[in-house]
Amino acid sequence: MKAAVIVFPGSNCDRDAATAIAHVTGTAPKMVWHRDADLPDVDLIVVPGGFSYGDYLRSGAMAAHSPIMAAVKAKAETGVRVLGICNGFQVLTEAGMLPGVLMRNQKLKFICRDVLLKVETSNSDFTRGYNAGQVIRIPVAHHDGNYFAEADVLDRLEDEDRVAFRYCDAAGAVDAEANPNGSQRNIAGVLSEKRNVLGMMPHPERLADPLLGGTDGAPMFQALMKVLG
Amino acid sequence: MKAKVHVTLKAGVLDPQGKAVHHALEALGFDGVQGVRQGKYIELDIAETDPVKARPAVEEMCRKLLANTVIENFAIDFEG
Repeated sequence: MKAAVIVFPGSNCDRDAATAIAHVTGTAPKMVWHRDADLPDVDLIVVPGGFSYGDYLRSGAMAAHSPIMAAVKAKAETGVRVLGICNGFQVLTEAGMLPGVLMRNQKLKFICRDVLLKVETSNSDFTRGYNAGQVIRIPVAHHDGNYFAEADVLDRLEDEDRVAFRYCDAAGAVDAEANPNGSQRNIAGVLSEKRNVLGMMPHPERLADPLLGGTDGAPMFQALMKVLG
Repeated sequence: MKAKVHVTLKAGVLDPQGKAVHHALEALGFDGVQGVRQGKYIELDIAETDPVKARPAVEEMCRKLLANTVIENFAIDFEG
């Protein structure tokens, strides 16, 4: 599996993503600077977490228009898998590659802790390593993770099985109490129409090695490797 | 000429920051504030001097970058 991780000024999970990919797949991804206009030949592009451009204007708004994002969009259209984590999810929504927007957390606090996620679909190359309905533990670290889209957009996402993850409790119940940030319908991650782009607020790359206290994030990278070789 | 852009949250989109400001105003003893919505004000210094000619470009700037039209509206005024 040939992977690339995009690096923006202010990215701070780019190396975590690279380490997780190298750990799981045995191959280090290429790090690609945001000013570059071209991407190497890759099967997977990670748009990492962090605070690209200091979250100026809106989280992800500036990064979405950086030179590399045109190349990321073009690759995504040819079917290359794109994984946006946290700030990466914000960037992908601002770039119009995923619907909706990540607003300020409902309680206005930065949240940095493990959350429980219900895997809503295993029908994607990112989530095939999980069972639908499975509850996994993945860390979040964000101030703007409150997923919002109009009701008709949310309905469509659900109808098309494009909600990848929802915040839940240990029993898998999806309710307001298990919602850390006010996201509409507890949505933590969504897929693109062609299912080759995933954006999610939680950080699977941060729990992909037993040394970090858990491995619930590893199946995502393992599943990608299985498909992409 | 100056283009003055106000970016505001659409009606119906929750504004927790506005709510927090509202509570703070009440805590300071300001009664009678019925609601607070927080937005952004962006001032552009532009070369064009004709507002009619300038408007389409500034609207494009708002749609492409200055506002996220999923949740925000924008209003443009010209001055000078």
